[in-house]
Amino acid sequence: MSDLLIGTRKGAWILRDEGGRAGWRLEGPLFLGQIINHFVADPRTPDVWLVAAKTGHLGPTVFRSTDAGATWAEARQPPAFPKADDQATARAVSHTFWLQPGHASEPGVWWAGASPPGLFRSEDNGETWESVAGFNEHPMYPKWAPPGEGTPDGPLLNQIVIDPRDAAHMYIATSTAGVFESLDCGASWAPLNQGVEANFLPDPNPEYGQDAHFIALAPTRPDRIWQQNHCGIYRVDRPETRWTRIGKAMPPEVGDVGFTIVPHPRDADTAWVFPMDGTDVWPRVSPGGRPAVYRTTDAGVSWTRQDGGFPAEQAWLTVKRQAFCADEATPLGLYLGATNGEVWASADEGESWREIARRLPEIYSLAAAPAA
Amino acid sequence: MIRVLVPSQLHAYTGGASRLEAAGAAIADVLDDLDRRFPGLKFRIIDEQDRVRPHMRLFIGKTAARDIRAPLRDGDELLIFGALSGG
Repeated sequence: MSDLLIGTRKGAWILRDEGGRAGWRLEGPLFLGQIINHFVADPRTPDVWLVAAKTGHLGPTVFRSTDAGATWAEARQPPAFPKADDQATARAVSHTFWLQPGHASEPGVWWAGASPPGLFRSEDNGETWESVAGFNEHPMYPKWAPPGEGTPDGPLLNQIVIDPRDAAHMYIATSTAGVFESLDCGASWAPLNQGVEANFLPDPNPEYGQDAHFIALAPTRPDRIWQQNHCGIYRVDRPETRWTRIGKAMPPEVGDVGFTIVPHPRDADTAWVFPMDGTDVWPRVSPGGRPAVYRTTDAGVSWTRQDGGFPAEQAWLTVKRQAFCADEATPLGLYLGATNGEVWASADEGESWREIARRLPEIYSLAAAPAA
Repeated sequence: MIRVLVPSQLHAYTGGASRLEAAGAAIADVLDDLDRRFPGLKFRIIDEQDRVRPHMRLFIGKTAARDIRAPLRDGDELLIFGALSGG
């Protein structure tokens, strides 16, 4: 049984599972009016919850709960870049975008990704954060994160992934330079983008410069990395270094543009995407106004449409990077939060869907947490 | 002492108080004094490079201030506002 932690442009809410995923009760708001980019529970210590927040006026911060949301306190030292000598190039965190619980062997460790691209680490459950020099001060940083470029939400270090077998083995995804790998707990980084297109650059196959929307390791086969990129759906099986565009097997009329991809926690060949329209001026809504997830059960060789329960027409959903997730139940539960404030749930691995919340503010993140 | 006007956006830090007094010979000192009493308040106004955040406004009396090194004299009023920031 899981609760769903919802981050929106106007605050946070919790959808409580009232039994077997059959009924849901909405609680909130928390932090009403604050922009919540991520709202996450710690799988190692389920009562520890972190929220990445800012407001239209106020600077970014992190709020922490150690009692599953009953009480909250602010981080004593939120993610921030080091003080710079040159004000012209001095960086300041606009917002923390992604919060990542650390490796199971490192209790209390969290990682954060920010805009402008920045990597931060906490060793005290998010109370204090330190800038990770291995990325933030890397000699290539000005090329990996060119100033002034980025998404409408700013240039992003939008995701951090840790190899469950090795705390020192990490991947990050950025909107400015694609995917990077570290083998030394973030002390050094190398691009991992071979085969991934960047069709908005003069060289469509650069070493870096791609826009990696989302990456995920297959939990039962962590050498398999799924990627939903600005330019399609990809997969690589390490130690290979060249990605394969598995999205080419998607129906051409649907395409393989989207923001996120969810792997099955128990089947390394299965994953889901939520496609969006990337034609013409990039509407980034459900193609044709007909929402659906697409599932592969053969590692991306083929994809099957799953749209049971979704509106058959005139439904123009957008699901952002952090807003598509799974629980751990059998059969697997899938959940997506849309920018129109609707939350959709499937309790049968995507076969059928139903709306479990509506009229929320623009949803930025949706995460499953162990029920309190 | 410096009289300080705190905007509604920061009332969660000050326990709802909008009028405070703080000590300091410059804006930075006053904000440091407030941050000691209301932890976290300063970082939400001033970034890590000591710049006033884009949608915050500071005034000494009726004079706008963007540099937190600006000096203050005993009896001055520091007004902190949340400026327009979109819908």
